[in-house]
Amino acid sequence: MCGIAGIIHTDGPGDVGAEMTKMLQSMKHRGPDSAGYALYGEPSELVVMRFKLADPNETSDFDYNERLERNRREVESRLSKIGATVDRVEGESAYAYRATFRYEGELKPLADYVEDIRGCEVLSLGHSLEIVKDLGDAQTVADQYHLDSFRGTHAIGHVRMATESDVDIAGAHPYWAYPFSDVAVVHNGQLTNYHQWRRRLERNGHRFQSECDSEIIAVYLAERLADGTSLETAMKQSLEDLDGVFTYLVVTEDSLGMAKDAMAAKPLVLHEGENLVALASEESAIRAVLPQEIDSYDPYESEVLVWSR
Amino acid sequence: MVAMNPPTDQETRGRNDIRGLAEPDAEAPKVARVEGGTATFDAADLSPRLVNLELRRLIYAEGIREVRIENPGAKHSIAVGLLARCRITINGSLGYFGATLGDGPEIHITGRVGWSVAENMMSGVVVIDKNAGSLTGAAMRGGDLVVRGHVGARTGIDQKGGTIVVGGNAGSMTGFMMQRGRQIICGDVGPGMGDSMYDGEIYVGGTVAALGVDCIEAEMTPEDEELLDRKLGIYRIDRPDTFRKFVCGKQLYNYDNLEPSERKLVL
Repeated sequence: MCGIAGIIHTDGPGDVGAEMTKMLQSMKHRGPDSAGYALYGEPSELVVMRFKLADPNETSDFDYNERLERNRREVESRLSKIGATVDRVEGESAYAYRATFRYEGELKPLADYVEDIRGCEVLSLGHSLEIVKDLGDAQTVADQYHLDSFRGTHAIGHVRMATESDVDIAGAHPYWAYPFSDVAVVHNGQLTNYHQWRRRLERNGHRFQSECDSEIIAVYLAERLADGTSLETAMKQSLEDLDGVFTYLVVTEDSLGMAKDAMAAKPLVLHEGENLVALASEESAIRAVLPQEIDSYDPYESEVLVWSR
Repeated sequence: MVAMNPPTDQETRGRNDIRGLAEPDAEAPKVARVEGGTATFDAADLSPRLVNLELRRLIYAEGIREVRIENPGAKHSIAVGLLARCRITINGSLGYFGATLGDGPEIHITGRVGWSVAENMMSGVVVIDKNAGSLTGAAMRGGDLVVRGHVGARTGIDQKGGTIVVGGNAGSMTGFMMQRGRQIICGDVGPGMGDSMYDGEIYVGGTVAALGVDCIEAEMTPEDEELLDRKLGIYRIDRPDTFRKFVCGKQLYNYDNLEPSERKLVL
């Protein structure tokens, strides 16, 4: 089933961390397996990289802790080797980290070099995007990663009921649009031409970290954006190219978009306020941040909408 | 080896009983205020089950015929399965499956509703002042369902009777597999309208993006015009000047046509 939510403030930063937690927690019944956030803070000069070195499901063998520490140092040294000036690398949980560094070059070789380390997955990379995802419900993840104090302009989130792949962090949403800076996607539905697109994108040199069908939406959009296509055009093309049932949300550094398949098979409720746009699989999620009576509607089939902050 | 105790029913099911019923031990909260035959209560702090228990208490046990619910907060499954003549005003919006499985009640929702409102309604009236989600009036069997705003996709899927009136636009696959009943849509309708419908009528005041399989346009009769005037008049919805009527083309009626080999067997 899965639940997705998005929120964008058009009048400056708000408490998007706490707001997204409320929205996702009210849709816990739609997906108790994992919860994930893509949050946009104030754009920084530094590059922010969220990455993990192990999965919470993994059995910890005798040198688990030493290995993680070794690998963390390896990430740091590889960042330096590729030309980044590391600001800091902080542990966010036992296996997830947040690194900030100064870097001007291409992101793809950097991500590939870092992910070459065993067990390492880059969850997000960009100047303001931060993806946090873990097992459990939204409150558990928010508490673990201290997201309630996160301020920013927009965010998307996802609660997952795993249907097509494993319950682990790799299978959790949002997906970073590897290797494109500051783009993330959440998706509710199933894609039936996943393998065709995965093979096509892999031939073009993109990497996939999971077996989850939703990952191709992020990478598909990244490839279009890298060609110079606008977000809205890329999303409209995706309605033709992707087969299956889907409602997905995508965020970039300054905008939030939604797309719905030709059958309108998956729900989405949309509220467009004066200074705030909120959208979610269920209206109760929007009410978690806007308790008063609001005007809302379901976007129609094949609809693509984009808002900017 | 340490023997593990199997988890108890309570642990595995949480707050659901063996039928999957949430909060099986819940009782009506008795929070309604009754004045002059009208009961009013605030649903803000109540779970859907408690709201429904309170409604049942008021209608079945107390015999009250007018109930007003404040702050429904887009909760799911509110005012479901009510089998009595009564009038319920819900001052706000509902989530999914609002006012479903009803037989008799007149329910007025002043806000918006999510998916599957009035699903399987047997009789009664449901009026929604704002928009509705998809699957509006799914498998409905009787009564009137009125949405003053727009509706999503698959309105009246599997409809078996009754009338669905929409003041605004409707999405794709409206009247999908409809078997009987009527739909009156004042605005525009999305693609695939009346796909695989068996019977019934769809009246459209605006444009139709595309007809579904085996849905054809039919001629409007004076009886049709009278019906539209009456239904739109009752609910005070502005009537578009012209309506078009769509019915089943009956080209897919192959149910009794046996394959030649099967026919031989039967004979």
